[in-house]
Amino acid sequence: MVGILASVIDGVLVGSVYGLAAMGMTLIWGVMNVFNLAHGPIIMLGMFVLYLVATAFGLPPYAAIPATIIFGFFFGVVLYWIAVHRMIGRPELMSLLSTFAVNMILIGLGTALWTTSPYNVAVEMPGVTWQGYTFTGTHIVAAALAAVIAGLLYLLLYRTRIGKAIRAVANNREAAELSGIPTTQVLSFAFGLGVALAGVSGTLIATLFPFTVLSGEIYQLKSFVVTVLGGLGNPAGALMGGIALGLVEGLATPFMPVSWIPIVEFGLFVLCLIAFPRGIFFALKR
Amino acid sequence: MWRRAFPWVIASAALLYALVPYFTNDVQLRESLLLAAVYIILASNLNLVIGYAGYVNFGNIVFFGLGGYICLYLVNDLQWPMILAALTGAAGVSALALLFGLGILRLRGAFFALATIGVNAAIQQLVTNFEPWGGATGIYLAIDAYEPLGGPMQALWTTYLLIVGLMAASLLASYAIRNSKFGLGLIAIGENENAAAVLGVPTPLYKALIYSASAFLPAMVGGLYFFKSGIIEPGGAFSLRTSIETIVMVMLGGSGTIIGPALGAFLYEELRGYLLTAEAFSHFQLVIAGAFLLMIVMFVPGGLLGFVHRRWPRTRRWLE
Repeated sequence: MVGILASVIDGVLVGSVYGLAAMGMTLIWGVMNVFNLAHGPIIMLGMFVLYLVATAFGLPPYAAIPATIIFGFFFGVVLYWIAVHRMIGRPELMSLLSTFAVNMILIGLGTALWTTSPYNVAVEMPGVTWQGYTFTGTHIVAAALAAVIAGLLYLLLYRTRIGKAIRAVANNREAAELSGIPTTQVLSFAFGLGVALAGVSGTLIATLFPFTVLSGEIYQLKSFVVTVLGGLGNPAGALMGGIALGLVEGLATPFMPVSWIPIVEFGLFVLCLIAFPRGIFFALKR
Repeated sequence: MWRRAFPWVIASAALLYALVPYFTNDVQLRESLLLAAVYIILASNLNLVIGYAGYVNFGNIVFFGLGGYICLYLVNDLQWPMILAALTGAAGVSALALLFGLGILRLRGAFFALATIGVNAAIQQLVTNFEPWGGATGIYLAIDAYEPLGGPMQALWTTYLLIVGLMAASLLASYAIRNSKFGLGLIAIGENENAAAVLGVPTPLYKALIYSASAFLPAMVGGLYFFKSGIIEPGGAFSLRTSIETIVMVMLGGSGTIIGPALGAFLYEELRGYLLTAEAFSHFQLVIAGAFLLMIVMFVPGGLLGFVHRRWPRTRRWLE
């Protein structure tokens, strides 16, 4: 029993990092109706920021987090102007394809730079032992940092002027434009924010597990699952969805072989899309 | 349908496609053309869903992979003849698609696209864990599976000719559907689904039917292709990347047209072959393909054929 509880708690800790990744994706969807298919490679770039900061520059690993946020934001703004801006208001297929093109370019460059062999950054962090079960220190720190970043995003969206503008644009772009909000700047800002969130979640994931250039894809799929669980376009729901996914993973681990867990996840994903396309939390609220 | 010139053009082009490597006995050319033919089949069937009905199926490769698995299992473990096995696989996958389509086609736009990614991922994981199909290592075909077709050498030629036949069938089916009442209904759905429903198009039925129809030939060619390769494993059979590359091919040639997707598939495959073998580009093949896709999406969203049609409007009549 205690073993299951420990597994569930660990699942929730990791799940909050998934939630952070999904917040980036859902924020972009909510504001501009674009599914960012370059999400996975951006998570991967976040992982390699950790590798560069910790291994090449020899700085403490968690110094990578502010670096990823700043770098990710500017990278996102540039990406918006290159690949997304012209797709706003056109059929969804167009933005899906243009962001997927970015996905291919980033994976191609990543493979050329770092090959596809695994990397590991050892992060020293004392764990917490409880009833004979040890919770890894990095998992606890990652969950705490994810919670802090999610809190900061909340403050940005609900307590600042730019946050208000983002929410206005998400609600109704034409009306926002008419009220004098520079919507294009707001869209690029929101895209930068979403990319920064994806990147920083990659950095946090890299403190937990080894990674390769292709790891981003797995977390992109997980982000899809989480986004749908939490309701598209709803950042708070994404965090809860991430925790729910972590809960499912933690709960399932003691009972079935690890390789079966993705089947549960994707099965849940498709069922949830069909039954509750606006997210399970929305469905529960009614 | 045979009264117009277009079907005859397709049929004679396919005949040429089949005969050139056969009479020159050029094995390398045959392999390159075979791969292109596989992609032409995938792209033109995907076009039925994307170009006609306007639904983006990101997980289209699941038909190909599942068809391959069923065929190889039947040939290898139950000693079925290959053609019967491939047909059974195609029918099975098509039936499954109909069942699934009725569920996930209730979703629209990006939600549908996401669901198809989920279906592909779920089936890939399921197959990876399915021991009778070899789990993560997949199925290796025993060499004597080729005996009924006259040994491996002859079997390769037979599968090539069959695949070219399926390619012609795909294009003719695209043409026949496009010129039928069913096709008109689909195009109406693609233009505006609500309006189509109001005008009396049975949208849920049509969507499920085309989803299922677009599964049949890809599943069958999956059977033939993996029979030819002699090996199938989950990573290769359900590769999301290949799936999305197929969308690129459709877009490159011009979605919604008949020979556009085929042209796109052929060009993309040849381009990739060139990039992979050229010394300077082999590391950057993905980067170049990605940049290429970005250009198409931004500047020529109608694809090659869309561009030609706009530049020379008269070509619309005979180049479909």
